[in-house]
Amino acid sequence: MEAKERIAYIVVSLLASVAIVSVILIFVFIAKESLPVFFNPEIKKEANLRIFFLTRDWQPIGLEPKYSFLPLIVGTLKVTLVAIVVALPLSLGSAIFTAEFAPRRLREIIKPIIELFSAIPSVVLGFFALMVIASWVQDIFHTSSRLNAVTAGFALAFAVIPITYTICEDALNTVPRELKEASIALGATKWQTTIKVVLPSASGGIFAGIMLGLARAMGETMIVLMVSGNAAQITWSFLDSVRTIPATIAAEMGEVAFGSAHYVTLFFLGLLLFSITFIINYIASILLERTQKRLRGER
Amino acid sequence: MNNIKISVKNLNIYYGNFLALKDITLDIPEKSITAIIGPSGCGKSTFLRALNRMNELLPNVRTEGKVLLDGQNIYEPNIDLVTLRRKVGMVFQRPNPFPKSIFENVAFGLRIQGIKDKEQIEEIVELSLRRAALWDEVKNKLHKSALELSGGQQQRLCIARVLAVQPEVILMDEPASALDPIATLRIEDLMRELKEEYTIVIVTHNMQQAARVSDFTAFFLTDENRAGMLIEYGNTSEIFTMPRDPRTEGYITGRYG
Repeated sequence: MEAKERIAYIVVSLLASVAIVSVILIFVFIAKESLPVFFNPEIKKEANLRIFFLTRDWQPIGLEPKYSFLPLIVGTLKVTLVAIVVALPLSLGSAIFTAEFAPRRLREIIKPIIELFSAIPSVVLGFFALMVIASWVQDIFHTSSRLNAVTAGFALAFAVIPITYTICEDALNTVPRELKEASIALGATKWQTTIKVVLPSASGGIFAGIMLGLARAMGETMIVLMVSGNAAQITWSFLDSVRTIPATIAAEMGEVAFGSAHYVTLFFLGLLLFSITFIINYIASILLERTQKRLRGER
Repeated sequence: MNNIKISVKNLNIYYGNFLALKDITLDIPEKSITAIIGPSGCGKSTFLRALNRMNELLPNVRTEGKVLLDGQNIYEPNIDLVTLRRKVGMVFQRPNPFPKSIFENVAFGLRIQGIKDKEQIEEIVELSLRRAALWDEVKNKLHKSALELSGGQQQRLCIARVLAVQPEVILMDEPASALDPIATLRIEDLMRELKEEYTIVIVTHNMQQAARVSDFTAFFLTDENRAGMLIEYGNTSEIFTMPRDPRTEGYITGRYG
């Protein structure tokens, strides 16, 4: 019996460490491939930090390749912002509805449906956006290009909503019933209780939900590749076509010459994206843990 | 005997089809402490929560009969629940301060009433904390989190929070069951002070506590269908020294419960 327990323990911890080690190895691999940006004098001539962050153009193919990250960063921020602005009120609103106001039966219908959204392959969402959302956006804003940051942002919102909704819902549900009862027993209405007790108590979890939605929006590739227009440009308008970091990597990595400055640059972009989403995820998990501790009364 | 504050008449409470409380009739005198005692599951808490209509937060609860507060039936359809719950405050079994500052916990009831006057709020917060015998311990850290207080302090904070909305009746659902003996005695002292001004109804598991602190005692027990019913009600001294019902005697002498 004890031997069995031991074997189970070893197998499970082995599996867990494989997962952790893989993440570390992925990071190490990407970092290693992007190192020539700092150390290889040939590559440094074409691709270095000054070019990445202080020039304005991304034109990797041509007589004189240009590797500025700025249009890609601007593009990523634009679609992410639109996605969050669209997704946040919808996900938080539905989370408040199902956690606080909906009768249990209705909740048991709505929650799985929203969560099922995350099972839609992003290529399908992209296709839907290409055919439907793009036309709406064009009809409403009379844009020259159907494919722009607003279209991509709306499509991304569908990918963000299930994540943000689920985490917000869970956060609202972990607010102890005693707190709500205390508020109601003091003469607060249901709505006052939600605004003044439930939401503040769950705020950490709600922020975590927003953060993870943000990370999802920044990292999503297929949707933006299909509907953002893929034009690397720096403009203020959200109705211009944009190109994001992940879409750039996906579109160009297949064609690039191994070991070239372009190749190294794409890996460096990947490293940047990985670091950003990793940091966002990490902050989110800290927030979640802190909220839970606070609600349990530890500090 | 004092004037009657709450008069319960033929109260039945159902959870779905299950009858949890059967035909309770009971008068609660004002400015006194009435203790509800009885074994677990006999409907003590359900009874208490019927007095400020907190049972309605649960689905499928049905209430029959009348609860008269100053002669007015609180189960009539035109009753405003917000006003009712301000008049009939509640302290819960486990201290449940909001994850806010000490000050904001006490100010909560005022803020939701829309009171904005800063001086007025500060004044009421101080007064309520003084009445709850907590002021001296927290006056220098009013803006620290309420969760940093000890359990006993948290429970007194919850009492202060109720006092701030100026209730007439305070319901206490085993308010000391999560506290150590010293904190418990402090809560009991506080209750004795508060009964000068408020009508207090307390549910307790602890018979010594009921005997120590209350003026009147009601003994609840379940019947063969597990429905809670009132066995005996009267002056605490009589209930504990010469109970009329043998079941009461059995319970207080520790034969079951």
